[in-house]
Amino acid sequence: MYFEYEIEGGNFSRAGYASSEVKKRLRQLNVDMKVIKRVVVALYEAEVNVVAHAWRGKMRVDIDRDRIRLEIDDEGPGIPDIDKAMEEGYSTATPEVREMGFGAGMGLPNIKKNVDKLNITSEVGQGTKVEMVTYL
Amino acid sequence: MGKPDFHHALKIDRDVCIGCTHCMNICPTEAIRVRNGKAVLIDNRCVDCGFCYRVCPVNAIIVEQDDFNRIFEYKVRVALMPAVLTGQFPENVSLRQIHSELLALGFTHICEVEQGVELLYGVMMEYMEQQKGTRPLISAFCPAIVRLIQVRFPALVENLIHLKPPLDISALGFREQLIEEGYDGNDIGIFYITPCAAKIAAVKSPVGQIDSPITGVINMNFIFNKAYTRIRQEKGDSCIVPEMRQLTPRSLLWSLTGGESDHAPGRSLAIDEIHNVINFLEQLENEEMKDIDFLELRACDESCAGGVLTTANRFFTVERLRKLAEKLEFEVTAGKTGEVSRSGVSGEPPGSGVSGAAPGSGVSGAAPGSGGNGKPGKPGKSGVSGKPSGPGRHEDFLKKQMTISPIEPRSMLKLDDDMSEAMKKLKRVEEITKCLPDVDCAACGSPNCQAFAEDIVQGYAKINQCVFVQRIFENRGILSCEESLRIMKEVWGGDKLDKNC
Ligand code: SF4
Ligand code: SF4
Repeated sequence: MYFEYEIEGGNFSRAGYASSEVKKRLRQLNVDMKVIKRVVVALYEAEVNVVAHAWRGKMRVDIDRDRIRLEIDDEGPGIPDIDKAMEEGYSTATPEVREMGFGAGMGLPNIKKNVDKLNITSEVGQGTKVEMVTYL
Repeated sequence: MGKPDFHHALKIDRDVCIGCTHCMNICPTEAIRVRNGKAVLIDNRCVDCGFCYRVCPVNAIIVEQDDFNRIFEYKVRVALMPAVLTGQFPENVSLRQIHSELLALGFTHICEVEQGVELLYGVMMEYMEQQKGTRPLISAFCPAIVRLIQVRFPALVENLIHLKPPLDISALGFREQLIEEGYDGNDIGIFYITPCAAKIAAVKSPVGQIDSPITGVINMNFIFNKAYTRIRQEKGDSCIVPEMRQLTPRSLLWSLTGGESDHAPGRSLAIDEIHNVINFLEQLENEEMKDIDFLELRACDESCAGGVLTTANRFFTVERLRKLAEKLEFEVTAGKTGEVSRSGVSGEPPGSGVSGAAPGSGVSGAAPGSGGNGKPGKPGKSGVSGKPSGPGRHEDFLKKQMTISPIEPRSMLKLDDDMSEAMKKLKRVEEITKCLPDVDCAACGSPNCQAFAEDIVQGYAKINQCVFVQRIFENRGILSCEESLRIMKEVWGGDKLDKNC
């Protein structure tokens, strides 16, 4: 099964919408609730990253019996040093964004903790692609 | 639509229902449909929050209660009264007068529900300490919330605090005390005066407990109407009221919004009204809110003060109880006790059905394990162990019975147990949704287009129940006008479509 959602950059009042939609689908599919919990936490982090840093993005979700593939693709500034962004506590968010409770690090380590496979590719000035796989 | 796992206190009276859809539209778990012009409840989804009861314009929703006369099957008739009952009466009606009315109605003893709070509080603090790894912990106080989490947020079931609510603790303790005083357990009937349907359902089929220590349930509005009529007609003030041990300010306010969270350690939040709770829990599931320690969640706006069976304006109820708590706080600080119920004793027992109210029997029957021991100094924080009259044995007995067995998740969201089947169904839901207008008019008999699509896939509805789809089909010549009318009659019954316009 395949779903696709648009993510709007800079609009925090809608941050989490796409993740909630995916959560609803996973529940309907009777996916184990512990798995849902982890997947959704990872998705939400990634979605908020797009909102906080990029101009726009897309969330693509592909589900079959044995795995969930998630892909979040954005048009944005990109990440210059991915290894550094993977470090706990590293943040590029502006103080205002952090003030809103969103930007405490890019949450990449937290994403990594919650999925089985994580692959991030980025081009500065173009955008970032976060690919995640969780096995069922 | 499926075998019920829950006992429900809410019933729809088909003879009265006019199929207006108000209840269907407000239901937070989408548990209502309209068929043959009448509302139908999907048992496994209903959490007994009672929102339907509030909005029904013709009182077709009934909250089941026990026949009041059942209390007379017992020699010892205990009224288990929540603080919110006190809050129903205007301030010029004294607590003593309210108690007196309960005795006049036929009860022999009064036990305040919140007597169990201090004991629970102590155990809850230990529990939170032991369960450090699980955060946030969610209070299991409101039974509608417990059921909501079971059916809609199954992943959060393990966050529920698996302890009995004060209601059960007080009932157990009071029963134990009466038995100790020499009463036969079979002669004791404990009747809870409930502000809501959810508590009734919880008493009749408790979640995580085998039986309830409570004998029966009487609706608060029933008791209030009886008592307040007598007071207004000045028939009241006729019974000698046993002296009760006072509640602590904390206990008195426990059932109101903030009642629990104000005393929880760490970062705690109180959220009331079930739609607010749902929104919050949705968010909680997305983000990892590990830094919240305690959540107090209540189905009603202003918590139990806004219970569906209350009569008074919920804001006045809160005001009265807060004032009372302030007074208690003052007395505790000043080292005085017992003013509230001791003041103004007058009148004699009328010798009717109030036997147990005679001094000597009910007098001591107040409070196992309560706090309020009048220690000056730390108001609200003292009294965790509350041993003024030394019922230490009761406490040990109660502490042993405090925990409940694991609460089971019961997701109502899955389309099928089997994932491949569920995927097929979800694909169909998506296809059907594309054909629907997204108007959410409910003319199909389901609360919104999305729910309708799922109902079709589950075999509870047919696509041509949608008025928009009917027009599309008629236009294509594959559905006749007569056929459309027949379908609508199936959903809405005859009357709505046999009008002479
Ligand atoms: S609110 Fe529900 S139960 Fe009451 S009349 Fe309308 S459809 Fe019937
Ligand atoms: S908040 Fe109180 S009155 Fe309302 S459903 Fe929950 S327990 Fe009942």
